[in-house]
This record gives sequence, C-alpha cells and structure tokens, in this order.
Amino acid sequence: MGQPEGSADLLQAELVIGYPFNRTTGPVIGAFYTGLREQVVIGIRGSDGRVVCPPYEYDPLSGEPLTELITLGNQGVVESWSWVNTVRELQPLDRPHALALVKLDGADTAMLHVVDAGSPDAISTGSRVEIHWAEERTGAITDIAYFDLAESSSPSSSTAGSDA
Amino acid sequence: MSYDTLPDGLWTQPEIDLSAVPALDGIETIQRVRLPASISYDYIPGLAPTRFLRGLAEKKILGEKCPVSGDVYVPPRGVSPVAGLPTTEQVELPHTGSVASFCVVHIGFGTNAPPTPFCSALILLDGASVSVYGPIQEIEHDKVRIGMRVEPVWVDDADLSTSFESIKWWRPIDEPDVPAESLKGHM
Repeated sequence: MGQPEGSADLLQAELVIGYPFNRTTGPVIGAFYTGLREQVVIGIRGSDGRVVCPPYEYDPLSGEPLTELITLGNQGVVESWSWVNTVRELQPLDRPHALALVKLDGADTAMLHVVDAGSPDAISTGSRVEIHWAEERTGAITDIAYFDLAESSSPSSSTAGSDA
Repeated sequence: MSYDTLPDGLWTQPEIDLSAVPALDGIETIQRVRLPASISYDYIPGLAPTRFLRGLAEKKILGEKCPVSGDVYVPPRGVSPVAGLPTTEQVELPHTGSVASFCVVHIGFGTNAPPTPFCSALILLDGASVSVYGPIQEIEHDKVRIGMRVEPVWVDDADLSTSFESIKWWRPIDEPDVPAESLKGHM
C-alpha cells in the first residue's frame, strides 16, 4: 500500500480505566470499618505490645493472627505532614489541606489522613488534631471526613493501649 | 483459633473478640466494601496507531512492515521493536486469522464484556507477525481451540468508529485448523 502518511492530525480520546473492586474485609478490617461508622477508631495490639492503627490482621514480627482490639482516642498528634496547595479532582477536600501522618491517642503507629488546617502556617509536627466525623457514615476510611486542629493540648480521655 | 475449616496451608482468618469494643457490641460488622478505582486520562495514540484506528473506521485492518525483517506489526506502533527502525510500509491485512491462544473468562467486568463464561483470544491475522486481542463468539466457549480459523464481526456500518470496538467479536469460519506449530512465536 505504500508509505504510511506522516499526518500531524492525531486522534485523541478521553479514556477512563476503572476497576469496580468489591473486597471482603475479613474480621479485623471489618471491625475497623464498622468502628468508623460508629465513630470509634480501633487499633490492634501486636506481639510486642505496640498498638497498630489501622489494625493489621497478622503480626508483622511473628506472623501470628492478631486478635486484641483496642479503642483509641478521637485526638492525636501530627507526626509528619505535607501541604496540598493545588487541589485536584477527587482529593478528599475541595480546599487546600494537609496530608498528615496522625498518631491517635492510644496508638503507637500513625495513619495517613487529611487535616483541614486552613493554612500551612497553622500546622506543624506535633500539632494536636481531632477527628471530624462525616455526617453520613458508611463504614469507610472517609467516615473520618478530616482532622481539625485541636485546641486542647492535653491528650484526649481514651488513652487505652498507649505506650507506658 | 479456627484452623479446621480449610486444608492445611490455605488462608485462614483470626477470630477476634468484638466484646472488647463496646461500640461494636451486638452490631453486625462490615464484611465487604466497594472500593472502585478509576483513572481518567487523555489518550493520544500517536501517528501509526492513529493510521490504524482510522482504518478501523473504514473496516480496514492496517499493519505496518519492518524494513529489515518484513514482519508486519498490528496494531502498529510506528517502529519495529526488533530492528529499532521506523516501519516504512503500510499493509492492509485480510479479515481472516487463526486463534493463537485463548482463555475462558469466568469473571467478566467492564461495560463491554460479553456474558460469562466467554472466550478471550489472541488472533494471528493472516500475514501478520503479532496477534490482536478479541473475544470469540458464535461458538461455545469450550469448543474454541488453538489453530481455529476466525474472522471479525464488525459493528453496523453506521457505528464504525476509530476504535477497536468497531470489531464486535471474532467468529469461526469454515476452514480447517492451522497447525499450532505455525503460530509459534507469533503471540
């Protein structure tokens, strides 16, 4: 058929690749999600006594199943953070926010979530934050809508499982 | 711990004590979650795939030939991956080919997936060096075999577009199978 044409008139299409994941939670993550729906955050105690949140199903050291659920506080401390200045589609908040590692009171590990700090000047490592629950909760990590900066500098009431 | 319900070595789940969490007492816990994930993006296929896709809108299957080996690549990417050179000659391929490989899909997803179970295949078009993907229909899924001769079933002319979806599926044609040996190296 001869030479291919070198046309600059390229095609272009908007494509979406999507995966309709539907996963079973297992008892541990299921309890964690159910707790979020009931406005309680749950961690789990590892073989070394440390409380992990979000909870693991199996101990990372021994590989044994973990079973001891621990109720954590609704406040925590920012261990690390970065500022999202340009908000993109499908990000958790429609305004600039922090993505932070938050160690909840009673936990020995931090989890990644959103802090609605307003400005990067308002947040720092060590800031105390408090859960802002979503109004409609379905049993998902988004049941925590975001964290607010907490005014109180004292730990929240529930400190179960904190390292002594 | 309940390890009794599954054979040794298979997956087990720990039994946990929900009574330690008052908020969960007497509540049916969540068992399943939907976590759909998607990415939307602009796709610009490039020169050679654009030529190929424009061909599909005219019911043509256009490959491109390596100047060194003569291998015909379809869909073309504009280069021969073996010689590392631009493909220089366009080749219109016939609407006949052979099943080079296949699998039976039992869990389908996607908006255009046929009802399960269906057969998904790699089809080596006559004269091509590499296979194209397509579902096989108009035959029971368990009757499909490597070497089976097939042809594309196109959408109605009015629905032809610059998309691989211009081919609805592939169906068997009444020709003897080709030897599997002849398909070797053309996956």
